[in-house]
Amino acid sequence: MSPALATIVKLLSIIALMLTNGVFMIYLLRKVLGHLHIRLGPMHVGPHGLLQTMNDVIKLLTKEDLTPRIADKALFYLAPMIVFVPSFMAYLALPFSDTLKATSLETGLLFTFAALSVVPIGILLAGWSSGNKWGLLGGMRSAAMQIAYEVPLLLSVLPIVMISGTADLGGIVDAQAGTWLAVVPRWFITNPLLWPTFIIFVISSLIEANQTPFDMSEGESELVGGFGTDYSAMKFGLVYLSEFSNTFVISALGVTLFFGGWLVPWLPMSWYDAVPVLAPTVFILKTYLGIVLMWWIRGTYPRVRIDQLMDLGWKRLIPAALVMIVLTGVVDKLIVPLFTGAVS
Amino acid sequence: MSDARDDIITVGLLSEGTHDPGTPPAGIRRAPTGVDGLATEHLIVNMGPQHPSTHGVLRMLVELDGEEILNAEVTLGYLHRGIEKLAEHRRFDALGTLMDRGDYVSGIMGETAVALAVERLMEIEVPRRARWIRVMMAEINRIATHLLWYGTMGLDTGAMGPFLYAMRDRESLLDILEAVSGARMMFNYVRPGGVVADLPAGIDTKIREFCDAFDTYVEEHDAILSGNEIFQARLKGIGVIDAEKALAFGLTGPNLRASGVDFDLRKKRPYDAYDEMEFDVPLGSTGDAMDRFSVRMEEMRQSSRIIRQCIEGMPEGEHTAKVPKVLKPPAGEVYTSVESARGEVGIHLVTDGGTSPYRMHYHGPSLYALQALEDLMPGHLIADGVVMIGSTDIMLGEVDR
Repeated sequence: MSPALATIVKLLSIIALMLTNGVFMIYLLRKVLGHLHIRLGPMHVGPHGLLQTMNDVIKLLTKEDLTPRIADKALFYLAPMIVFVPSFMAYLALPFSDTLKATSLETGLLFTFAALSVVPIGILLAGWSSGNKWGLLGGMRSAAMQIAYEVPLLLSVLPIVMISGTADLGGIVDAQAGTWLAVVPRWFITNPLLWPTFIIFVISSLIEANQTPFDMSEGESELVGGFGTDYSAMKFGLVYLSEFSNTFVISALGVTLFFGGWLVPWLPMSWYDAVPVLAPTVFILKTYLGIVLMWWIRGTYPRVRIDQLMDLGWKRLIPAALVMIVLTGVVDKLIVPLFTGAVS
Repeated sequence: MSDARDDIITVGLLSEGTHDPGTPPAGIRRAPTGVDGLATEHLIVNMGPQHPSTHGVLRMLVELDGEEILNAEVTLGYLHRGIEKLAEHRRFDALGTLMDRGDYVSGIMGETAVALAVERLMEIEVPRRARWIRVMMAEINRIATHLLWYGTMGLDTGAMGPFLYAMRDRESLLDILEAVSGARMMFNYVRPGGVVADLPAGIDTKIREFCDAFDTYVEEHDAILSGNEIFQARLKGIGVIDAEKALAFGLTGPNLRASGVDFDLRKKRPYDAYDEMEFDVPLGSTGDAMDRFSVRMEEMRQSSRIIRQCIEGMPEGEHTAKVPKVLKPPAGEVYTSVESARGEVGIHLVTDGGTSPYRMHYHGPSLYALQALEDLMPGHLIADGVVMIGSTDIMLGEVDR
């Protein structure tokens, strides 16, 4: 297969994954929230409402695509693309297994974050260009929030890069192979040094994924629909899809960074070669587990106020993340070598 | 207000193209100038009538500086149905149907207010059983109302779950109300002289079952919201109404009691059988949104206590006094009030000896709470404004009539 063809196949399969993922996640979200809220969720279209999302996609595709008269037309059309394309790009570096990944980037971690951090620009554009005051407020919130959480999010993964010695997502997974004392898997979550880092990561990633305690850019009880108030039909669909896709990417990142990616504890490496579907299945299952946990929080928690979020981001998360970087550096590079005798 | 400068653009609620920018209307702040001397504008937003958190069809013109509310102006009347005027063409036993549609989630209390007015005019002695049934139904209705408030309070702060759990409990209350009165919301159950029908057989087991379950559920409800740190941070210190201010605005009900004023009509001017009931009146101390939250949560517990007493001690006897088919109170004037879930619901009835009132005035507590909101909002963020609306528990059906 020629390299160009291979790339096209890879990109197409990512789009396919993203779309099926989106459709399934919307169904799953409704079911998870439904059962959390002592109701059933969709039940009528297909068995247990399985086809409900398909139905909704068709509805979105065939609905009238409204553009407000005072909207800035070019930007209004461009914004959903700016939201959608980066969340598609963010899949590129995700390692579904040792071999199954679109690209193997030395800077995979940075690339993924870079892609995701374009999304709020699209959201700001969407809110601003639609000529709706609530939309503008939502977009502005999103832009203001971005600085408050992207910095701690990025800083919070630096200790992991320091310990694993690579920013390649595949390499980070490899660094988590094996066990401590033949019992505890060497996943980074089992390293007490990284627990504070993990908490910072979880909080920042909830903001990144626009989930409930931090969903102010949408904030339906305050800003009607936030940045998306004036979007309808498939333009709305794209924004919505990219939100779900971001949730998946964020959860996948969490799995990769802290929960050993596609690794199963205590399983010899030869198994992954023998059963090629094992690693991707494990990876996706872990990711979905993370997503359901995020939705659990979403179904329970009230929303933080915007200034409280700024406080949290600037005054707590960023200093905490910086402290953790220094601490990890000192412990991992100075103190641990003293005991193990290994000089890295 | 005359410090007009050329480099400042004035905007305000009333200023959009209608007046000379040099003379801003009283109470409107000037737009600030930015760092480069560029004028920045305040944003004027219509909050409602289609806004999800205005609890019905309230419209507020809000002047914003970023997210901060500088001015709020409430516009009423989107749900006006002319209840007071309609009352002038209704028979006295049909006034309750109008009251159901006033505060449409606590109909029993409104019906009671109007029934008490007619009874006082006609000097009807209501049988003891009827009075007890009224108290029980009113308290069941009070819990149902407070549960709806509790759920929407959660929604206002962004928590979806509590609403649906509250609806589960409210559903069993509505079932009880339906079994007794035949309707889930528009009861038309309390009539001058008593209630329209006796309690159905077996309802006491149903109510007892509810009370048993609810005593655990209410703790769950309380824990999931007020036990949440985010929720506390959103409510504490928001929308503080001190006792003096609360009295000045004429607040009643939980909103007044949250400010620490001990005024509950059920205790101070007992009607029906409230003088025979044992219950506590919860009071707040600071008068912020969190106090209003806790007062209402405690009121639900107390209501459950009253319902139990009613079930245990329900007297035997008639469910209604003997009243003529066509009620014709003598010419006169009367004011009666009851403690509804939102505060004092008063009925001022003027009669001329005919078969329908000459004039009926409906005093609803939400209108007064709404006025307080206008005063509270400036200086807070939009998100706080939503919490304030939620915590004062306004009911637009009652405000607009």
